[in-house]
Formats: sequence, structure tokens, C-alpha cells
Amino acid sequence: MTGTAASPTDTASVAADRGAVAEYALRLGDDALIAAQRWGEWISRAPELEEDVALGNIGLDELGQARSLLSFAGSILGRTEDELAYFRSDLEFRCCHLVALPRGDFADAVARLTVFAAYQLELYSALLSSTEPTIAAIAAKAVKEVRYHLEHGTSWTVRLGDGTPESKIRMTAALDRLWPYVAELFDTDDLEQQLVADGVAVDSSTLRDPAVGRITAILAEAGLELPSAPRVRGGGRVGRPSEHLGYLLAELQVLARQHPGATW
Amino acid sequence: MSVSNTSSEPHRDTELPDVTALAKLGIGSAALQGLSDVHAPAVGRDHPWIVRASDERSRDAAVIAGSIVDPEIPVLTVADLGVLRRVNVEDDNSVDVDITPTYSGCPAVAAMTTDIRRALVVHGYSVVRVHTVLSPAWSTDDMTEVARDMLQRFGIAPPGPAMHAGPVGLTLAVRCPHCGSTRTTESSRFGSTSCKSMWTCTECREPFDHFKTLH
Repeated sequence: MTGTAASPTDTASVAADRGAVAEYALRLGDDALIAAQRWGEWISRAPELEEDVALGNIGLDELGQARSLLSFAGSILGRTEDELAYFRSDLEFRCCHLVALPRGDFADAVARLTVFAAYQLELYSALLSSTEPTIAAIAAKAVKEVRYHLEHGTSWTVRLGDGTPESKIRMTAALDRLWPYVAELFDTDDLEQQLVADGVAVDSSTLRDPAVGRITAILAEAGLELPSAPRVRGGGRVGRPSEHLGYLLAELQVLARQHPGATW
Repeated sequence: MSVSNTSSEPHRDTELPDVTALAKLGIGSAALQGLSDVHAPAVGRDHPWIVRASDERSRDAAVIAGSIVDPEIPVLTVADLGVLRRVNVEDDNSVDVDITPTYSGCPAVAAMTTDIRRALVVHGYSVVRVHTVLSPAWSTDDMTEVARDMLQRFGIAPPGPAMHAGPVGLTLAVRCPHCGSTRTTESSRFGSTSCKSMWTCTECREPFDHFKTLH
């Protein structure tokens, strides 16, 4: 499936192992794709019409990033973006558990938006200098988009955290529910480290301090505290997906699987 | 919309959608153009994005490709919007066109790709390859002054002027495209398309779209 493009002995060249590069692009692209699907679920369910539009637009940005990243991974793996999006099982996806969590209430949406955008902002900022030109190009577009997402998440976090007693209780509870899944964003592994050495990838563990620093500052402005809940297992990047991913994929993939090859 | 999404199949006229029929049904940029009092100005060979074409032959094709309008904002040509990056005609009369999306997920890219291919095929180019390129990333600084003027006349407040990234984010007042007042407030940071936000004028009370500044 993945990781088969380069032979193990082919390590002398400056070019990174293409199979590893594809796997890395899948990790980034799957995060964006599953995030997009969750944001799309909010259309018609947000507390006000403008918020339907906002979360729909944020999902569209994530979908665009996903398409670019999956197309790039597919160009190495010999598969199309649609094949990767619609015809992989949950075990073949490489997204973190955080993006697959169920929709929850609006405070859950605001917590996830703020935390994930802070992570993506640091991630894409670091990837601007990736030695893989396509990843650097995708990051250059995406960084502008996620900066805007973070501004939106920040304004809502402050509004809810510093709002009514009820909104503060709900926002605090949402952050507590989300926090165990945040640590996985900053996990690194051998594949990533190999690509860090090639200059292709960023070491995820180095993103923790700047991203959590941003989140801490936002929460302070909102009168909220950084949660201290311990982490859960993780493993989304290496084929141990969230229990919620399969249900999400069933909805995402049903049409393509019922009508393979269908076009508009 | 993919990174190097390339559409290279040769198309015949008969296989292409009839935009006139679609316009009658109220679908697509042709219908929007029909509804608007304001129309995109012609793109000439001296247009700042067209003169970049490498030779005269490519410039001819660039005028045709560059005259295609944004399906959502039909007063903007792809040349004025700044998304047309390269047009090159080969010796065999095939054409390569590079366009860049405004936002990663902008669905208008697919429509613009189809429209560019159709226009070039109609003008006798047998094989048209439209590529989507991401680098350098598009910004509102790539728009021409004509584009800003057309947005204003179409009722959309244009993005702020070109400026260099600095340590301090600066938000300039957005002028109401209806009455010209700068007493305006943002009602939603997101709008009907990725590139717009929604505003209200406190002077004339009219709501309006603002094309977001993107650097």
C-alpha cells in the first residue's frame, strides 16, 4: 500500500525515500480531509447562520489542503486523490484521533478549531522551508488559511470563556474532553525523523511548545486554564485509528463505493 | 485542484457544455454576467499579466485564456484576478496554461479550467493542458487595479492595498461600495465564498461583501 516506492539500499542520494514522503503527505492530508468532513457536519447545525457559513468555509479550506496533499501522495503511490479518499479502510488512514472525534456541541467545535488551527499554524509555518517543493508550496497556501481559522477560533474561545457562567462551564468541559487527544499531535516516530534529516518534514515534538504557548495565551485571554487531563494512547499515524473514524468514513465514502467511477 | 492537476484530453466543440443553454437556465458565469450591469473589461495584449507570455504566439492564446471570468464574480477576468500564471503555445499548436487557486479549496478553479479549455479549443487550439500550480501562493496583491475598480462597481468592497508583512497586523477601514462611507462593521468573517467576508454599512445601512485582504 504505502512505503514501497524506494528500495532499502537507496539511501545515498539527496532525495528522500519517496515511499516515506508519500506516507508523510498522507498523514498531513488525512488530518485535513477528516477535519474537513467534521466541519462540513456543522452546516445547518451551528448556533447562527453566519457560523454555518464560517465552519463550512473552514472545512472547504481543509478540503483544499487535503486534495493537494493526497494528490501529491498519490503521484508517488500511483493512485488518485479520489482513490485515496474513498477507497481506503480506516486502518489505512493516517490521521490523528483529534480530527476524528465526534462533532460534540458548539463548545467542542470551538475548542477543536482553536487547538487544531494553532497546531496547523505552527506545522505549516515550519514546512515553508521543507526541501520537498510540493510540500513547501502547499504549506505556503495553507498557512494563510489556518491563521485565519485560528483568529476565528480565538474570538469564539474568548466569547465563550469570558461570556456567561454557563458558556464558561461548557467551554471548560469541552477543553477537558479534547485535551487527552492533543498530545498525539506532537508525537514523532522513526519515519518522521528520517524525513526531518532529509529536510522534508518537521519534528512534531518541536511544535509542542509554540503551539501550546499560543493556546495558553488564548485561554488566558478567555479566563480559562490549560487542561491537565492525561493523554490517551494515540496511534492514528500508524494505523491504529480512532474508534470514531470508521463511522465517519462510512458517510464520507458511501456514494463513491456505491457508484465507483461516477462523475458529475 | 490538485497540485499538478493536468487536464490534457483534446476536446471537440460538440463535447463541451453549451454555456448559452446554461445561462438560460440561470446556471454559471454566463447567467451572472447576463444579470449584471457591469461587465469585465477586455483583456489586451498589453495587460500586465499577458505581457509576461514568452512570445507573440503565446500572447495571443494568453489574451483568450486571460479573458475568462471568475464564475462567482463575473466582472473579474482571470488575468485581472491574477490567477493566470503562464500561457505557452508549443510548435504543434498545443497550449499549456498554468492557473493558481485563490484559496486551497476554491471550487471556481474547476470552472475556470473548463472555461479556459473551451475558449482555447473554440479558437482552434487542438490540445489544451490546464495545470493548477500552487507556488508562489496567490495573494490579493496579485490583483490588478482594474480588478479592484471592478469589484467596487460590482458592489464588493475590494481588498486593502498591497503591503509588506510587518510585525504589526494592520486593519484598514473597509469602504462601503454603495455610499462610500468608512463607517462600516464586519458582520461575519466568512462569506458566500472563501475569498469574501460580510459587512454592514452603519451610514446607509446596506449589507455588502468584502473581498478579504490576503497577503
